[in-house]
Amino acid sequence: METVVKRLGVWALVLIASVAAIALTPDAGFAVHMGIVALVAGLLIVATATSYDPLARAQSIFKMPPGPSRYDDDVIRWGVIATMFWGLAGLLAGVFIAAQLAFPQLNFEPYLNFGRVRPLHTSAVIFAFGGNALLATSFYVVQRTCRTTLAFPGMARFVFWGYQLFIVLAATGYLLGISQGKEYAEPEWYVDLWLTVVWLCYLAVFVGTLLRRHEPHIYVANWFYLAFIVTIAMLHVVNNLAMPVSLLGGKSYSAFAGVQDALTQWWYGHNAVGFFLTAGFLAMMYYFVPKQAGRPVYSYRLSIIHFWSLIFLYIWAGPHHLHYTALPDWAQTLGMVFSVMLWMPSWGGMINGLMTLNGAWDKVRTDPIIRMMVLALAFYGMSTFEGPMLSIKAVNSLSHYTDWTIGHVHSGALGWNGMITFACVYYLVPRLWQKERLYSLRMINWHFWLATLGIVFYASSMWVAGITQGLMWREYGSDGYLVNSFVDTVAALHPMYILRAVGGLMYLSGAIIMAYNIGMTIAGKSRVEAPMGDTAHDEAADRPLPLPAAAQPAE
Amino acid sequence: MVNKRIDHPTGTETVGHEWDGIEELNTPLPRWWLWTFYATIVFAAVYVVLYPAWPMIDKATAGTLGWSSRGDLAKEMTAADMARQSVFEKIAATDIEALPANPELMQAAVSGGAAAFKVNCVQCHGAGAAGYQQFGYPNLNDDDWIWGGTLTEIEYTLTHGIRWQNADDTRVNYMPAFAGVLDAGQTAALAKHVLSLSGKATGNPVGAQLFAENCAACHGPAGAGMPAMGAPALNDAIWLYGGSEAAVRKQILAPRHGVMPAWKDRLDPVTIKMLAAYVHSRGGGQQAAPAQPDTQPARAVTQTADKVKTDG
Repeated sequence: METVVKRLGVWALVLIASVAAIALTPDAGFAVHMGIVALVAGLLIVATATSYDPLARAQSIFKMPPGPSRYDDDVIRWGVIATMFWGLAGLLAGVFIAAQLAFPQLNFEPYLNFGRVRPLHTSAVIFAFGGNALLATSFYVVQRTCRTTLAFPGMARFVFWGYQLFIVLAATGYLLGISQGKEYAEPEWYVDLWLTVVWLCYLAVFVGTLLRRHEPHIYVANWFYLAFIVTIAMLHVVNNLAMPVSLLGGKSYSAFAGVQDALTQWWYGHNAVGFFLTAGFLAMMYYFVPKQAGRPVYSYRLSIIHFWSLIFLYIWAGPHHLHYTALPDWAQTLGMVFSVMLWMPSWGGMINGLMTLNGAWDKVRTDPIIRMMVLALAFYGMSTFEGPMLSIKAVNSLSHYTDWTIGHVHSGALGWNGMITFACVYYLVPRLWQKERLYSLRMINWHFWLATLGIVFYASSMWVAGITQGLMWREYGSDGYLVNSFVDTVAALHPMYILRAVGGLMYLSGAIIMAYNIGMTIAGKSRVEAPMGDTAHDEAADRPLPLPAAAQPAE
Repeated sequence: MVNKRIDHPTGTETVGHEWDGIEELNTPLPRWWLWTFYATIVFAAVYVVLYPAWPMIDKATAGTLGWSSRGDLAKEMTAADMARQSVFEKIAATDIEALPANPELMQAAVSGGAAAFKVNCVQCHGAGAAGYQQFGYPNLNDDDWIWGGTLTEIEYTLTHGIRWQNADDTRVNYMPAFAGVLDAGQTAALAKHVLSLSGKATGNPVGAQLFAENCAACHGPAGAGMPAMGAPALNDAIWLYGGSEAAVRKQILAPRHGVMPAWKDRLDPVTIKMLAAYVHSRGGGQQAAPAQPDTQPARAVTQTADKVKTDG
């Protein structure tokens, strides 16, 4: 690579010098000669650059297996690397803003203030980390469960790299202050248009692959992936309807205003959770849990009923984000009852995941990947119970606008989305890079416990903080006046904010261990370590002592 | 293609399809799951009858309980207002200077004021009313009052604000800027003299002369200030914009003029009265002098100050 850069640099210098000579010389003949030199230098630049394939070079850096795979796995390998990279970036941003909330001096104006880094964190973990995990696993799963290769391989590559461009545009935009101020939909109109193009291509690749399947039926994971892709397209387009102020500027104005805008935003926001973070990740669960456990899916019937009830009910639940606001009472009521009805359909996924381990529960002790999956499903169950509970208006009047909400989303995001993604990446890497095994199973164990402890710190500190906050806000003295000012509540939360940052740091440390483990696996190394397994069982000794021995008195 | 078999560990039949090695069992829906799902649907069906739920042509169904979030709020607010009403009426009927004579009423006014302070005042004056010197928000806990510290004066300041454009009777004055009038040496001498008034520096004749000519008219010959005109005392340890020599020089050359809103636009007279009682009770409240302060001189100063500004 260095030689290519050097050559390009030399030819570029010659080109610049000759062009400068043309511009400066009074001698027409000399100018013509310099023109010829410039032309030759330009041709050499083109020749050097075209003979260089940066992608091939990068693939050799990441030690991707050469030659055609049976399935079209190239873009999936890229997706796994991107998942790991953006995951670390997003978690780091999260730890940073958690520290900012505890220590406001860490706000570095203007590029690194909380208001700009916070959307960077949310988008990095949801759309960059989660999105790449969904892209990579969906391409992996759809090929294998349809027994075919990707329908439009070129377009699949465009989807991956186009999505990375979207992420970079969104992330840099936040730091530069380009935002349309809609939570989880901050990128401005031109980035939204680009994502629309990329997403429609994603839909085309996915549906195209389904159509050329060699299996009579479509596997349940693919229903969930398809629901996720289709619904996200709809949500993204509607919520981002906007009129740019100018075609040469970032600013645009939403097509909606006032409470309609708020409702559209939370219809989008809630279903981003429902279809991106729930449906999409359930799809991952439906393939990787049975594969890792080596067991059949618990119930085909449950998968049908919970899929359709989830899809039908989720889309109406958004108004629960706007309880006790200008949103009309009737819409709040419907948002609440649809959320309550969503409880069991959500749990259907948990039951189907956990009960798939029937007949293989011993693997929870011996296989750290299975353990991660079980923990992910447990947190999925917890958050999908907590969600309907928080949507009940009486609970919401205490919890709304407090850190309880933050705790809720993080028990879902760190516990469910994070852990299931880590488990899938651990499953994928040795298979994609054609390695015997992962570099280290014991490091997965470390990752598991650091992440679990981190989530416990995070969620419990935010529960305490949120309930403290809610109770302090509504506390009336016997004289009939509010007891606390807002700043009193902020001061009371300070220790909880520090604990939260500690929890986040532990979660990040686990992910760093994972990145090392993945990197060493890709590099082809295997750590020499005692195998993870059960305690020794000596079948021969597992019986009562013979009778004569029992007659001896104990010493 | 269909290959149903009994799965050994669970004893359940499979559906008979297989994808990349994954099979599915034909387990029936768990009963507890199904019945809980039905229960949530029944809950929803009942709830939408009781509460506003279905959008019709011109409005939504009201629900058989007749509940609305606006009605709920109005009910709670009315109850809270009723509970405080008798005290409110008593405070409204009492002259503010007569409040301290009635300790029970004064106590009620102070706690009401404390609550209103937390909502309206802490943003600038801080939760402990200690102000922020770096922004020029005054400390309300000390006994140094720019515009007077009796209950009546504090109430007036709260009602009409300070340099508040939209209020006709707002308290207003402008200290002239001496940038361009005094040279660097003179400014330093004057600043030293100002600091000497509170014993923070040694005095000097040049500064004293400048003070007598330019400052004594408002701040008084000894720098004791003049609350009627809003001229702060310079002979104590309390400084609105900082008491270092650099800060004093900065204030002489380019004075800053803080603004406070006129709260009569946002708060009712009783709340303002209670706020005045609270601020007065913070520790520095003053007893009313027999003669009430007149705001006219302050307005006269405005005009002279404006004139000084235009004259350069």
